Amino acid sequence: MSAEEHSSGGGTVEYIQHHLTNLCAGDCDPVTHKAAGFWALHVDTLFFSVLLGALIVFVSWRLGRRLSLDAPSGFQNLVESIIEFVQGQVKDTFPGHNPLIAPLALTIFVWVWLMNFMDLIPVDLLPMLAGAAGVPYLKVGPTTDLNTTMAMSLTVFALILFYNIKVKGVVGYLKVFLFHPFGKFFIPVNIVMTAIEELAKPLSLGLRLFGNLFAGELVFLLIALIGGTLAVGAMGYLFWFPLQIVLDLGWLIFHLLVITLQAFIFMVLTLVYLGMAHVEDH
Amino acid sequence: MNINVTLIAQMLAFVALIIFVNKLLWGPLNRLLAERQKRIADGLAAADKGKHELELSEKRAKDLIHEARAKAAEILAQSEKRASEIVEEAKTDARTEAERLITGARAEIAQEVNRAKEQLRTQVSTLAAAGASKIIKREIDRKAHDDLLKDLVSQI
Repeated sequence: MSAEEHSSGGGTVEYIQHHLTNLCAGDCDPVTHKAAGFWALHVDTLFFSVLLGALIVFVSWRLGRRLSLDAPSGFQNLVESIIEFVQGQVKDTFPGHNPLIAPLALTIFVWVWLMNFMDLIPVDLLPMLAGAAGVPYLKVGPTTDLNTTMAMSLTVFALILFYNIKVKGVVGYLKVFLFHPFGKFFIPVNIVMTAIEELAKPLSLGLRLFGNLFAGELVFLLIALIGGTLAVGAMGYLFWFPLQIVLDLGWLIFHLLVITLQAFIFMVLTLVYLGMAHVEDH
Repeated sequence: MNINVTLIAQMLAFVALIIFVNKLLWGPLNRLLAERQKRIADGLAAADKGKHELELSEKRAKDLIHEARAKAAEILAQSEKRASEIVEEAKTDARTEAERLITGARAEIAQEVNRAKEQLRTQVSTLAAAGASKIIKREIDRKAHDDLLKDLVSQI
């Protein structure tokens, strides 16, 4: 534990802050190492998300070369059941037909789940390895970075706008702003309400995922602190160390549910929002 | 400021990943699943068709059996009818034959009776003549009283 050297409260804060700081490149604050302006790049977030994306692509490519119609292998069965699950969700929540929707939902579900899964890797393992390799900061879970979740939700938002305009037409979409939800006598109210409603979609989508995963990571950090900061002396280790293991295991199991649920929610809400965009008469 | 250029990069990565997933994962597997679905549907349809055909041929076989049975019954009835006809014919034939035989026999019997009567008559007349001649001795001339005797004989 990197927090073992610190026994004071300041050390604890420093430990947590260190873990919550991204590896920054570009426009960064030299002291806190936080992004100082827009032109700062979170290298770790980008690295892990692209790595997981590449993993998906590589595995898909490997699987795609030896697909079997009659005797699917175990892994193909797993992927098939994931795809059928996503297909079922699309069929249930999305009206009409759009060939982009299902792959989009599949990408979201698998990618978000994998990025969330990074949260379950012991909080100190990868940062310590990176530290040994000379990388000072490392935040492992890409979905604990608001940039990732907002990037996805804004992409979805762009698709929502695109399909709204494509299906309803520019005028039709503007009419939604003017006459929804209170009819033609409350046009100013309608504009504000609909604008809030539309903007709430990407915000809630991105912030929900970020919030859940960030909080989850924070709890992992706090649990990690039990064995690190509180354990002083042999007796302290005897008590606090098993407690940390038990709590960590409990939170791991619970968080495994959370990450699956969050990936699922992100996918389903995307489907719902895009489905609403595809409905002609609002 | 937490939102920075990482957002743009992540968006690009997201879009690229969607494209890759669509091309490498969703496309092939969806085709595969659709093909499998089609194969299963085809198999089920073929099974249905086979079942239907089996039903049809069963029905046809039943019809054939029914028809054959009806035909057999018809033939049986016909042959029974024919047999009874033959029996009837034979009976009639036998009856006529019997009647004919009976008539013949009757005629013969009558003939015999007549003949016997005739003989008897002749013998009786002879006996009568003999008796009478014995009684009357010579008084009766056989030749003279022949007409009388004959009359007597015919009267007997």
